[in-house]
Amino acid sequence: MKNSKEMIMKGIFFLSACFSIVALLLIVVFIFANGVPFMLDYGFFKFIFGMEWTPTNSPASYGIFPMIIGSIYVTLGAAVVGVPIGVMTAIFMADFCPPFLYKILKPAVNLMAAIPSIVYGFFALQVFTPLIRQYFGGNGYSVLTASILLGIMILPTVISLSESALRAVPRTYYTGSIALGATHERSIFRVLLPAAKSGIISSIILGIGRAIGETMAVVLIAGNQAIIPDSLLSGVRTLTTNIVIEMAYATGEHRDALIATAVVLFGFILLINSIFLYFKNKEAKY
Amino acid sequence: MSTPTYKMEVKDLKLWYGDFQALHGLDLAIPDKKITAFIGPSGCGKSTFIKSLNRMNDLIETCRIEGTIELDGKNIYDHKTDVNQLRKKVGMVFQQPNPFPKSIYDNIAYGPRTHGIKNKKELDEIVERSLKQAAIWDEVKDYLDRNALSISGGQQQRICIARALAVGPEVLLMDEPTSALDPISTAKIEELVSDLKSEYTIVMVTHNMQQASRVSDETAFFLNGHIIEHGDTRKIFTNPDQEETENYISGRFG
Amino acid sequence: MSAKVIRGFVYLSAAITFGMLGYVIFFILINGVRFLTPDLFAWNSTSENVSMMPAIITTLYVVGGTLLITTPIGVFTGFYLVEYANRKNPIVKAVSMATDTLAAVPSIVYGLFGFLFFVTFLSFRLSLIAGILTSVIMSLPLIIRATEEALVSTGRPIREASYALGAGKLRTIFTVVLPVAMPGILSGVILATGRVIGETAALLYTLGSASNIPGDLFSSGRTLALHMFVLSNEGFHVDQAYATAVVLLLFVLILNGLSTLVSARLSKGGK
Repeated sequence: MKNSKEMIMKGIFFLSACFSIVALLLIVVFIFANGVPFMLDYGFFKFIFGMEWTPTNSPASYGIFPMIIGSIYVTLGAAVVGVPIGVMTAIFMADFCPPFLYKILKPAVNLMAAIPSIVYGFFALQVFTPLIRQYFGGNGYSVLTASILLGIMILPTVISLSESALRAVPRTYYTGSIALGATHERSIFRVLLPAAKSGIISSIILGIGRAIGETMAVVLIAGNQAIIPDSLLSGVRTLTTNIVIEMAYATGEHRDALIATAVVLFGFILLINSIFLYFKNKEAKY
Repeated sequence: MSTPTYKMEVKDLKLWYGDFQALHGLDLAIPDKKITAFIGPSGCGKSTFIKSLNRMNDLIETCRIEGTIELDGKNIYDHKTDVNQLRKKVGMVFQQPNPFPKSIYDNIAYGPRTHGIKNKKELDEIVERSLKQAAIWDEVKDYLDRNALSISGGQQQRICIARALAVGPEVLLMDEPTSALDPISTAKIEELVSDLKSEYTIVMVTHNMQQASRVSDETAFFLNGHIIEHGDTRKIFTNPDQEETENYISGRFG
Repeated sequence: MSAKVIRGFVYLSAAITFGMLGYVIFFILINGVRFLTPDLFAWNSTSENVSMMPAIITTLYVVGGTLLITTPIGVFTGFYLVEYANRKNPIVKAVSMATDTLAAVPSIVYGLFGFLFFVTFLSFRLSLIAGILTSVIMSLPLIIRATEEALVSTGRPIREASYALGAGKLRTIFTVVLPVAMPGILSGVILATGRVIGETAALLYTLGSASNIPGDLFSSGRTLALHMFVLSNEGFHVDQAYATAVVLLLFVLILNGLSTLVSARLSKGGK
């Protein structure tokens, strides 16, 4: 009697554990089953490296190369903006911040991670676009705007993970360096930072994953033209925004092309995730 | 001399952790309502052995056992044994005091409740009786709703003993119960253990040779997964048969 | 580089980070609070009043429905992984891998999947149920990770104590381990709540964007975040978008306060 209750609950726990596997499989099957046949039909290379995305022309062209390049541009841009500031802020949090301030700033970083992307997007739309229009030219909807916005959005990810990587380095490394007469700053940059390298790199990769997957904030401020941008001030369309803009009215082949876009996005994410896991596992066990 | 009655009998017990054999065919009889002490250097298998007496080793995935351990003539490793009922009969106190982060009352009542006692009056009685048996009633009777983690380590350990007594065990296993405690708490627990012997069969692992000689009736000396010598405590400490035992108790190694 | 220059860069970066956060929050508050008129909280939403009340109610529906499903599944998964399965068990590895991957999947892919599977394949159409089920899958990894960490950190001794008293596995888990792990699990639940409240990409094509309160599980609706997206995308109701952002921020601030409280309890409980 009592034993059967244990067995039943164990079964329920087991089924719950299987749920996430089933969910992942369903996602993969439904995205791939709709996207891959289209890619093969249309021509894999024509799809990936095609420069023309004109789904409403006849015959339609479905080349997503501009969006791939677009995603790469804004993600790199986000890294250029967000990584130095993020890592430096993490150093501040771990080694420069007085305790009373830390009590306020730590929740502030969490808050930064919790602000919805739509709020960030709206903020950028109201603040960054006019500023960039005014000081740099163009219409303000650009690679630059998207890069700055995404750079800000990846900050909390980079900060929290880098900070814990820095804190995981044994204090003796630091005191050892100080004892040799090195300054606080030199000890941090020459000793702690290299020791925390793997953790910091994995925080950056996770941030990059966030940036490449972001959709709703980008769609508001990137301009969304399906061509390869020729300057920082040109509009840009990413893989994610390509899906969200056209999904509302796409049918038939067009819809399959959008799902195939998601397959490519999925590929990027899996790649980034495995690089992340590689560095995370490498993270030295002191 | 009357023949002693045995509460538990261990026959040819072998135990492995994965590929490592920790116990090499042990035989031991544990006398009823007496205190048996296990001594020996670290890693000799005495803790492993005591944990196999109430099948706590079942929790370790790689652990494998051969041989039999009988409680009142019944093999506890028989597949028909209800492990939870076994552990109700064979209670255990650990090296580190490990009270639940609950009130003192709920700590003591946890075991009886586990075994189906719900009546509040009955629980109150059990709690009071167990705390008295563990000689801590007077210290905590006014604070029964206080979190058990808020009292001192020595008090926590006596709460753990009371908690083990509350389910009505017949055998009490104590795995170095005083090694994490201060000398005063240790003395209190030794005194308590001597009092408990009239009602319970007690098995105690200890690193402290004085403790073993002060408290126990019988002593078994463990070395490298073997029982080198077992017998009357006075004899083991004054006139051991084996040279290794002699070396150990005189502090020449370990 | 001299120590002073380095120090300057470190301080400057921190100033930029927190200055930006402050800027975002104050910009929204200053521009939004004055548009918080009673009209915006009218029970029915029309194209004139652009009320966010239905969106607030719908947000509560979606969050409530999601947590109701995702919390038990996530917590039970944690139980299985930590308390039952052998670490070398292939199922554990598979679940871990699946959880890691699910955590990395972008919202828009969840949205697309929800659209293909719930909306189209299961014919739920754009509906509350399609939105909730999509959110369930999306928030699951957060709960699983939080539960796993919380369970592992409870440690061995209290489990041993419970087993040694003759308690079975279920009783040990529910009466001894779970109460200790509760704050950690709770912070996972709060995290999941925040993710669902702020979500847009995954809900646009599953929940849809109908402007009134969904009458049943199979009707469409819009959450606050979706409401804000629609407003800012159309560009006709910028003032109301600001006001919606204020309410959204308020939700986030409250949740964040809660989670700070819980983690404070967490670190106190550890001592």
